[in-house]
Amino acid sequence: MSKINLSLPEVQIREIRINSITGYQGDAEELVEARELGLKDKERSFSQCLGCATSKAACMTVLIQDGAVISHGPVGCASCLHEFAFTYRVNYPLRGIERPTPRRIFSTNLKEKDTVYGGNIKLANTIREVYERTKANAIFVLTTCAAGIIGDDVESVCNEAEEELGIPVVAIFCEGFRSKVWTTGFDAAYHGIARKLIQKPRARRDDMINVINFWGSDVFAEWFAPFGAKPNYITPFSTVNGLKYASEAAATVQACSTLGSYLGAVLEQDFGVPEIPAAPPYGIAQTDRWFRALGKILGKEEIAEKIIAEKKKEYLPKIEALREKLAGKKAYVTAGAAHGHALLDVLGELGMKAVGAAIFHHDPIYDSGREENDQLAQRVADYGNVFNYNVCNKQEFELVNALNRIRPDVLLARHGGMTLWGAKLGIPSLLIGDEHYSMGYEGLVNYGERLLEVIENDEFVKNLEKHAINPYTKWWFEQPPYYFLKGGAGK
Amino acid sequence: MSRSGLIEQERFTCAIGALQTVVAIPRAVPILHSGPGCGEMIAGFFERSTGYAGGCTSPCTNFTEKEVVFGGINRLRDIIKNTYKVLDTDLQVVLTGCTAGIVGDDVDSVVSEFAEEGKPIVSVETAGFKATNFEAHSLVVNAIIDQYVSGFEEENKPKSQKNTVNLIASIPYQDPFWKGNLAEYKRLLAGIGLKANVLFGPQSGGVKEWQSIPTALFNILVSPWYGKPIADHLKSKYGQEYTWFHHIPIGANQTEAFLNQVVEFAIEQGADIDKEAAQEFIRHESNAYYEEIDNLATFLLEFRYGLPNHAHILHDAGYVVALSKFLLHEVGIVPKEQFITDATPEKFHEAIRADLKSTSDKKEIPLYFEPDAGKAQEILRGIHHNGRGLIIGSGWDKELANEKGYDFLSAAIPSPYRLVMTTNYAGFTGGLRVIEDIYQMVLSTYA
Repeated sequence: MSKINLSLPEVQIREIRINSITGYQGDAEELVEARELGLKDKERSFSQCLGCATSKAACMTVLIQDGAVISHGPVGCASCLHEFAFTYRVNYPLRGIERPTPRRIFSTNLKEKDTVYGGNIKLANTIREVYERTKANAIFVLTTCAAGIIGDDVESVCNEAEEELGIPVVAIFCEGFRSKVWTTGFDAAYHGIARKLIQKPRARRDDMINVINFWGSDVFAEWFAPFGAKPNYITPFSTVNGLKYASEAAATVQACSTLGSYLGAVLEQDFGVPEIPAAPPYGIAQTDRWFRALGKILGKEEIAEKIIAEKKKEYLPKIEALREKLAGKKAYVTAGAAHGHALLDVLGELGMKAVGAAIFHHDPIYDSGREENDQLAQRVADYGNVFNYNVCNKQEFELVNALNRIRPDVLLARHGGMTLWGAKLGIPSLLIGDEHYSMGYEGLVNYGERLLEVIENDEFVKNLEKHAINPYTKWWFEQPPYYFLKGGAGK
Repeated sequence: MSRSGLIEQERFTCAIGALQTVVAIPRAVPILHSGPGCGEMIAGFFERSTGYAGGCTSPCTNFTEKEVVFGGINRLRDIIKNTYKVLDTDLQVVLTGCTAGIVGDDVDSVVSEFAEEGKPIVSVETAGFKATNFEAHSLVVNAIIDQYVSGFEEENKPKSQKNTVNLIASIPYQDPFWKGNLAEYKRLLAGIGLKANVLFGPQSGGVKEWQSIPTALFNILVSPWYGKPIADHLKSKYGQEYTWFHHIPIGANQTEAFLNQVVEFAIEQGADIDKEAAQEFIRHESNAYYEEIDNLATFLLEFRYGLPNHAHILHDAGYVVALSKFLLHEVGIVPKEQFITDATPEKFHEAIRADLKSTSDKKEIPLYFEPDAGKAQEILRGIHHNGRGLIIGSGWDKELANEKGYDFLSAAIPSPYRLVMTTNYAGFTGGLRVIEDIYQMVLSTYA
């Protein structure tokens, strides 16, 4: 039963829509099986700074080339967004953009009196002024805790501005307190984009495939070329027009199902673009399935078989050579949900031992409702169970504790801030920002080589370990990592 | 100012950004009673700023719908209680976010439960809509003075240390050169015979130093406006007078003026200062400085391939005034239109304008107070002067400099284009470093 309803301004939060959780301790297989039984979230009686939906909504809107973004709140709620301007500057060449544009990021700068009298007029004036200043093709308005609690009518203000200015003015409801799962922010951005930008298809194009991703390198162009198609990367580096006609694509694929779960499902259910029924292509087994699923949806199965055969011929020997060098090495993974599962696939394929994982949250089933998209289930089936599988809600204290116990040979991380503790404990640690880096057969070679390099060159972390500053108490290191999780001894 | 009050390309953040003031105190921890994203926003704004227990280490109640509706006091109590178990810290400062501010949680009473048990804990209201981080820095420092330092007055009698001073200067992390600047101030003040409590960073003595704040004979404020409430508060609380230097002393002229001002004030206040020795120290530092300038002058005068001849600065008031004075008199780069982006309260505008005006009696330096840096850029986009231009600002300004074909020096936050660790821009050596940075960047444009 789909929970997608584009007639409502606000997206339904992830914990209600797809029963996502932020606390779990056990192993991967149990967690996969619990999908059927229904998962219950667990709270913590100690917690550290998280992250919230607003910056996640921002990263899916700030990088749209011809848009402008307004954070409707105090100035602090937009203060990390400059990082996406940097991301744009660093990564635009990867997408072959010839004329980069400046990122336009604004705050309505809510003050105390606005919390008393409301910020609607300030927002309306800001939208007007932003349009005059930027002549953007669309304006995205991100809500914040303050705007949400004081009850500003952001939807109406945006609708009125849209009428006045003649461009889409998209309200995106991403107040930090609304959801415990900050990836709800991605959903919120996509919900707004789907409501206001994406149009009904004029026709179906068999030469375009949507790729829902972040800002990774352009690997899909080469993969799609034999099928006679090109990737339409959404939403970073896309344009307002590109988004409008994402509805006409032949299919949608995901780089990370945690990211694109909602948009993939919206495109399928409301605009008729099929999402391929396979988790992203990490690991050989899944890459095979993924190309076959893509071939099937495009009606070009023989091309898929040809690609699989050619690529395997080229890369399997290299992968085998890496396996020999990496066999038995112990790795620990910390990442957002689906990309964490992807890294666990990669480890499995390279013959390494996944000794544990601290994954930020868990989506038991994605918005498509298809079990074929469940990457953790597929990991368990292809490479076996993962013990010490924690859903950690990006809680550093739990990660530090677990790492200290498990002492893997290498730590793989996906999010900023998480490699530090591996290094402090003298564990070689690797963070790859490009989510496409380890995809496909060639990705296993890329990633395997980087892993070898990181494990081999451990001098820096070994030196850091000797001098590491540690704010955690001795007592804490003696407790089990899930001590403060409900059901643990300290709750 | 924009009509609507909007801000584009913010160069400062909201009140809870002053959690970095806590992070800068050795072994102190900020505890956030706020929404889940506040810590991430602040960490992302300042970058590379986690210190001992900031960033992902800082405890936070991470408000959800439940706390918004029912209040978050019980959750806060749990988090504080468990902070003591998990983290080994000397001082805990609870900072509130917008959520706690609007729902009206009585944070003070929870915090006082722990304070009554003898815990070194402080609470301060920093709802983002109430103030900027420039202003909230003073709120945090004054809260620590009132709720923590005041508990140690018995063994730290007011004004009992004749040659000790409290220095109120750089705002940690907001001033990218804060660590280096504080270290340099400390070294310079030691040179004239004063022991300075710098309160933040590795050159401070941590909470012990904070406890000794009352013992200082007097205080030194180096700032056009921010931090002034701290100096005023200490004056009324402990009777410590302060001497106020209105901009950052960069280069020889201003550093000499600063040190001479402090020497005179210290003597007036009854500190034990050997004036001759102090002046000898200043002379010695100044000579070392001019040896470099003398050596460099030929390059500045003769480098025939082009050097910048004019500059625009987008920064806080302290840097805009200081760098304008320094560039004109000690580098030979003419300061043109300048932009103060720190949301300086109106009441300080006149004094800052006057300070900048005193830079030259021959030249008018146009000055804009513009917290909306996008607007400042729009103004700058329309300005043209002959010769090679230089923009000193934050990472945002690099794109503008590219667009205008100007040189660019990253010296303000946020800036992903530059790493700063212990570099100082204050003092004699700071001036030399500014020169190095400018010409390093200029020379790197060749070949």
